[in-house]
Amino acid sequence: MTDTLSTSQQHRNDDTPLLSVRDLRVTFHRSGEEPFVAVDGVSFDLRPGDTLGIVGESGSGKSVTSLAIMGLLPKRGVRVEGEVLYNGTNLLTLSPDQMRDRRGAELGMIFQDPLSSLNPVVPIGVQVTEVLERHRGMSRKAATPLAREMLDRVGIPDPDRRLKDYPHQLSGGMRQRALIAMALAAAPRVLIADEPTTALDVTIQAQILAVLKDLVEDTGTAMIMITHDLGVVAGLVDRVNVMYAGRVVEAAERHPLFADPRHPYTWGLLQSIPRLDGARGERLNPIPGSVSDNLPWTSACAFAPRCSQPIEVCTQRTPELVEDHGRSLRCFNPIQHGRPSPDADTTRGTSEVTR
Amino acid sequence: MIRFIVRRLLQMVGVVVILSLLVFAWLKALPGGTVSALLGERATPERRAALEKALGLDQPIYVQYWEFVKRAVRGEFGASTGVQPGTDAFDVFLTRFPATIELAVCALVLAIVLGIPLGYLAARRRASLFDNTSIVFSLIGIAVPVFFLAFLLKYWFAVKLQWLPVSGRQDPGIDATRVTGFFVLDGLLTREFDASWDALKHLILPSLALATIPFAVIFRITRASVLEVLDEDYVRTAESKGLTNRIIRGRHVLRNALLPVVTTIGLQTGGLLVGAVLTERVFSWGGLGDALAIAFQRRDYAVLQVCILMAAVTYVVINLLVDIAYAVIDPRVRTR
Repeated sequence: MTDTLSTSQQHRNDDTPLLSVRDLRVTFHRSGEEPFVAVDGVSFDLRPGDTLGIVGESGSGKSVTSLAIMGLLPKRGVRVEGEVLYNGTNLLTLSPDQMRDRRGAELGMIFQDPLSSLNPVVPIGVQVTEVLERHRGMSRKAATPLAREMLDRVGIPDPDRRLKDYPHQLSGGMRQRALIAMALAAAPRVLIADEPTTALDVTIQAQILAVLKDLVEDTGTAMIMITHDLGVVAGLVDRVNVMYAGRVVEAAERHPLFADPRHPYTWGLLQSIPRLDGARGERLNPIPGSVSDNLPWTSACAFAPRCSQPIEVCTQRTPELVEDHGRSLRCFNPIQHGRPSPDADTTRGTSEVTR
Repeated sequence: MIRFIVRRLLQMVGVVVILSLLVFAWLKALPGGTVSALLGERATPERRAALEKALGLDQPIYVQYWEFVKRAVRGEFGASTGVQPGTDAFDVFLTRFPATIELAVCALVLAIVLGIPLGYLAARRRASLFDNTSIVFSLIGIAVPVFFLAFLLKYWFAVKLQWLPVSGRQDPGIDATRVTGFFVLDGLLTREFDASWDALKHLILPSLALATIPFAVIFRITRASVLEVLDEDYVRTAESKGLTNRIIRGRHVLRNALLPVVTTIGLQTGGLLVGAVLTERVFSWGGLGDALAIAFQRRDYAVLQVCILMAAVTYVVINLLVDIAYAVIDPRVRTR
C-alpha cells in the first residue's frame, strides 16, 4: 500500500496539485429567507506538502469552505457548486459512501473546540483506533499499539494510560493533541485544521502549532490552516488566502503578504495584531464595523463600507481577482508600500473610524 | 465503581428509613387511630385499653416506631383483613409480587424496545411523515387513560376478534407446575412450553396497555435527545473520520443520546406501579395492583403497609440499577 503510494508520488510531477478547489460556491437556502451565499467562487490549489492559510473574520466563509471540501455540510438547504478535485477526482460528485471512504483516510480534519469535538463517553484510545479499524481494516487489538504511537507523536505523555482515559480527564491542550492524533492516524494526505488553537491558552497555542508543523513536515501531509488570526499562520504556512464575505480578496506567499499587504482588509488585519514592540499606551487599530456592514459583491466591493481608503468605484463595480507576480488581489485602490494610498478619499475612512 | 455503588446503597438505606417514617406516621394518623380501625368505633374502653397494651400503643412514640421497624424487617405486618382475610399480609404480598413484576417487566421491555428505535428513527427523519405520525401517536399514548385503553384492547382483541384471552394469567384448563411464580419462566423451567405460551398470550394485552405511557415518554425523550446529539461537534468529528454509519449511530449518537433516556426509564417505573393497579383490575390479573385496590376498599392496613413499603423498596432498587447503568454509560458520573 505505502509502496504504491510513494511510487505514484514519484511519478507525479510535483507541480500537480493534490487538492484543487475550483470556483467553489456554497449557498444556504432557508425557507422564508433570501438565499445566502457563504462561499462565492473560491479557487485555490494545494500541492503535496504545501501548507495554506485561509484567513478571515467570523462569517467570511472560511469554515464553510473547509466543511464543503470534507463533504460535511448538511445535505438539506445547502447547495455546493464548483469543483473540489482531489487527485483528479471531483469530491463533490462522489456518493456519500465514496466520500466516507476518503474522509479520515485521504482527508483529515481537526476542529476548533477540542472538548466538544471529542465524544465524552468513549475512551481516547477507541476514538483513535476506530479510524484505523475503519480505514486499515485492523482489529482493535492490532490498532492499539499504533494509536499509542500516535498519542506519543503528538506529545501526549504516558500514552498507555491516556488510551484508557476519557476526554474530561485531559487538559485542553491534551484534548487538541488527541484530536490531531485521530485526524492523522490513517495518514491522510490533506489535513484541514479549522481554528485549532482558538479555544486554547496562548502558551498551549504555540505548542499545538509546533506539533502541527512538525507532523506536517515529517509526514509530508498537505495542510490547510483556517484561522482568523494572522499571527497563527505567520510561522507556519507557505501561502495565505485572505477571505472576506465569501470571496478571496488577497492571496500571496506568506513573506510578501506580511511584508507588503496590498488589500486594505489584509492591512487592517495586520494592523489589528497587538505588537510587543509598539509604544506603551499605543492604541490597537481594529477594523471598524463588522461583517454585517457588507455591500453585495454583485454590485460593489463588499469591504468598501469598512475600508480605510475607499474610492468612488468601490461602491459601483465588483472588483475582480487579478493575479500579478504570484499574488492575487481584489481591490480598486490597493495599499502602496505598506502605506494607505495618497489618492484615497481619506475623509470617508476617518469618518468610519470615529463613528 | 464499587465505591460508587456502596455510596448509592447507603443513600438507598436513607430513603427507605424516611419512607418507613412516613408509613408509620400514616398509620398513626388513621381516622380514630389503629384501635378504632381494628375494633370499630363502638368498642368498649376496656377492650380498647387491652388492645392498646397488646399492640404496645401505650409506649412512647419512638419505642413504637422501633417496634414497627423491627417487625417490618422480619416481614411481620399482621394478618390481612380484607384481601385474603386471615392470611399473613407478607405472604399475600409474596404470592402476588411475581405477577406484578412479570407484567411490569414485560411492559417496560416493550416500551424500551419500541420507544428507543422509533425515537431514533423519528429524529433521523425529522419533520417527515413518519416523524409527525409518531409524535401524534405518542401524544395519544400519553393522553388516553390506561384503564380506558385496557378496556378498548380487551374489547377489540379478546372479545370481538377473540385472538387473545380476556383476563387472568393462565387458562384454568392448564395445570402448570409453579416454581418461581413467574408463569412464563415457570413453563420454560419445567419444560411445559404450552403453559409458557399460554401465559405469554395472557401477558400481551395487559402489558400493551401498561406500556403505552412509558413507551410514549421514552419515544419522545429519545427523539429529542438524538436530535440534540446529532448537532454535537463530536458527531461531526466522527463523520470527519469517515466512520461507518453503524459506528457513528451506535457509538457516537445513541450512546450519548441514551443518557437522559436511562433517567426517564427509572422515573417511569414509578408510574408503572400506578398503572399496574388500573391495568390489573381490568384484566383481573391477581397481582399487587389488584391487592392494593381491594386493600384500599376494605381498609386492609396490613396489606397496604406491606405494599407501600415494598413498592418504595422496589422503586429505590430500580433507581439504583438505573444509576449503575448511567455510570456504565457515562464515565463522567463514575469519577465524580
